[in-house]
This record gives sequence, C-alpha cells and structure tokens, in this order.
Amino acid sequence: MESLPITIQFISIVGALMFMIMIFRLIIKGHLREEYSVVWIVCTGFLLVFSFWRSGLEKISLLLGVYYPPSLIFLVGILAIIVFLVHLSVVISRQQNQIKNLTHELAYLRQELDQRQSVNLSKPEPTQPMTTVSPIPPSL
Amino acid sequence: MIAAVDSHILIIVPCYNEQDTIESVVAGIYQTRDKHRLNLDVLVVNDCSTDRSVEAIRRTGCLYLNLPTNLGIGGAMHAGYKFAWRNGYDIAVQMDGDGQHPTHELPKLLQPLFDNQADVVIGSRFITREGFQSSATRRMGIAYFRWLNQFLIGQTIHDSTSGFRAFNRKTLALVERYYPDEYPEPEAIVQFGLNKLRMLEVPVVMSERQGGVSSINTSRAVYYMIKVTLGILFIFLRLRNRPVLTL
Repeated sequence: MESLPITIQFISIVGALMFMIMIFRLIIKGHLREEYSVVWIVCTGFLLVFSFWRSGLEKISLLLGVYYPPSLIFLVGILAIIVFLVHLSVVISRQQNQIKNLTHELAYLRQELDQRQSVNLSKPEPTQPMTTVSPIPPSL
Repeated sequence: MIAAVDSHILIIVPCYNEQDTIESVVAGIYQTRDKHRLNLDVLVVNDCSTDRSVEAIRRTGCLYLNLPTNLGIGGAMHAGYKFAWRNGYDIAVQMDGDGQHPTHELPKLLQPLFDNQADVVIGSRFITREGFQSSATRRMGIAYFRWLNQFLIGQTIHDSTSGFRAFNRKTLALVERYYPDEYPEPEAIVQFGLNKLRMLEVPVVMSERQGGVSSINTSRAVYYMIKVTLGILFIFLRLRNRPVLTL
C-alpha cells in the first residue's frame, strides 16, 4: 500500500479531526442532541482509523473479495447514509405526531380561555343572559 | 322523525378557507336543531385558514377551535373527535364547511344512532344515486376503494370517501386514540371494520360545493390513490391481529 501518497493521508487525518471537532462543538453549543451525535462520532472514528491504518482498506477488501478497494468505501458509505436517512424519517414521523398532539392541546386551551373570558365579561351584568357560556365544564 | 332522546350531539365542521360558506352552513345546522329540538352544539375546527374564516366563525357564535398550525383534514377532524370525547358528547357528526352536506339530511344520519342500530353512520351518494354524483374519474376511484374495503374487511361501503358521517360514543373512544392523517375517510372505514363496529350507510342527496376548492385536484389524484391505498393496507396489517377495542 505504498502507492498511497502521504499527502492524502495527512489530508484525511486533518479532515476527520476537523469533522470531529465540529461535531463536538455542535453538541457543546446545544445545536445537536447527543442521541443523534453518536452516529457521527462513530463515523469520524472510522475515518480516523482508516486514515492512520493505511493498508487497512485494502486488507479488508481482499478479505471480503472486493477487488477494487474504493468501491467498498462507496458501498459501506451509501448503506450507512440510507440507514441514517430512514432513521431521520422515523424521527420526523414521531415529531409530526407530537406536533399534532401539541396543536390539539393548544387549540383546546385557546378555546377554554376564550370561554372563560367571555364568562368573565358577562359577569358584571347579571341581567344579561349568558349566551356565550358553553356547556363544557371548565375541567377539560 | 327523531325520537325524544337526550343524546348530546356535536357537529364538527372542519374549515379551511371557507369564509363564504361557513356561516350559512352553521346557520343551517342551527335551523335543523331547532326544527327537530336536538340537544346539539356546533364545533368549527379552523385549520389555520388564511382567509377571513375566523371572523365568519366568530359571527356565528358557535364553538370553535383555532388550530395554530395547519394539520389537514385528518388532524382537524381528530381535534374535533378528541374534543367530543373529552367533553362527554354521545354523538359526533362530521360535516363539511363548504355546503356539500345538506343540513336537512342530518336527522337521517342521527336516527340509526338513536335507535342503536349502528356505531357509524355514513351518508352515501351512491345508494339511490340522487343529487351531485361527482365526476366519472372520481367515481372510478371510489369504486376501487369499495372493492379494496370489501376485500379486506368483507363489508361493502358504497361511498367510502364520504365525509358526512356520524359516530356514537363507542366509535369516539376509538378515533380519540387514533385517526388517520391527510385523507382519512377510506382508511377510517378499514379501522372501523377491523374493530368490529357496525357501519350503516344511509342515502343522502349531496350538493356540489358552494365555495372553496376541493383538497384533491387532478395532479394530486394519483398521490391520493397511492397514499390512501398504502394507508388502508398498513392499517389493515397493523390492526389485523389486535384485540377488538371494548368500551
């Protein structure tokens, strides 16, 4: 594996380290939740390992019967991306459900608030029929 | 026609940009209420309308929910059904805000529930084939859903896309927990069928919408068919082996 020039190894190590720093910064600042960061930290770990262990990719490719080592990178990379995208779809679906429930609760609270306000408004004039009072009990 | 039953009824009117028709729809419901002396409230669910629907709804003096985000017809109806369940209504009726569902047909939908003949009553255009019948392509789509429902739950519902339906409290207990999103009507029928609810279709004469735009245009029709088919198949697979809900 002497054909791999030292410059590209240097670039991949620096790239992987910078990626890791970026992920950590995002977590520290609270822009990325830990549960989603695990997958990224693992990815960076892989990048680093293969940056240092230069002949590793070739060895694993030969072990798996892949004759062109870079295609192994593409295969693993694309699979990982697909799995992660499915994971994101699951997260979005769950959030959509949560948003729907929150929207419902907010609408009920607004409605209850409106009802209470209209009850309060009609209180000072007891002669007026309280037509705006709903039959809904206040304990929703 | 209606027996003197004290059932507390909630008419849920989903509303998305129906500023021109919503007032007359609510007024029509109130007329029917007074005529038949029904114990009835109207709840308009404003699904984040972008026109002046809110003002129109306020003028009617009925109950209303203002959804802070647009949830679509499924989410809006779910809000209404949950409201009906939590506030102890015996019967909930869905009625569109565009004037397609004539209010004088309301008693026909309610009577089977009063008589405890059914848990779900669906107003159907296609039993007597009177009134507005929708376009030929749409009828083809509806025939396809009829076949699919028949195949899966063994019950024939002629008008599975009809949004003119009445539920009793047993059905409310079910839809309070889960109601399909986006285009819920055909999917809900499979849900009801698998939960062994008694569904009944009554013939109603529907009119063409008086205002607003259908949520399903031609370009969305294909998406609608695929989405609803998937929804029906998956709800079937999900509920197939579940125990039936008991109240």
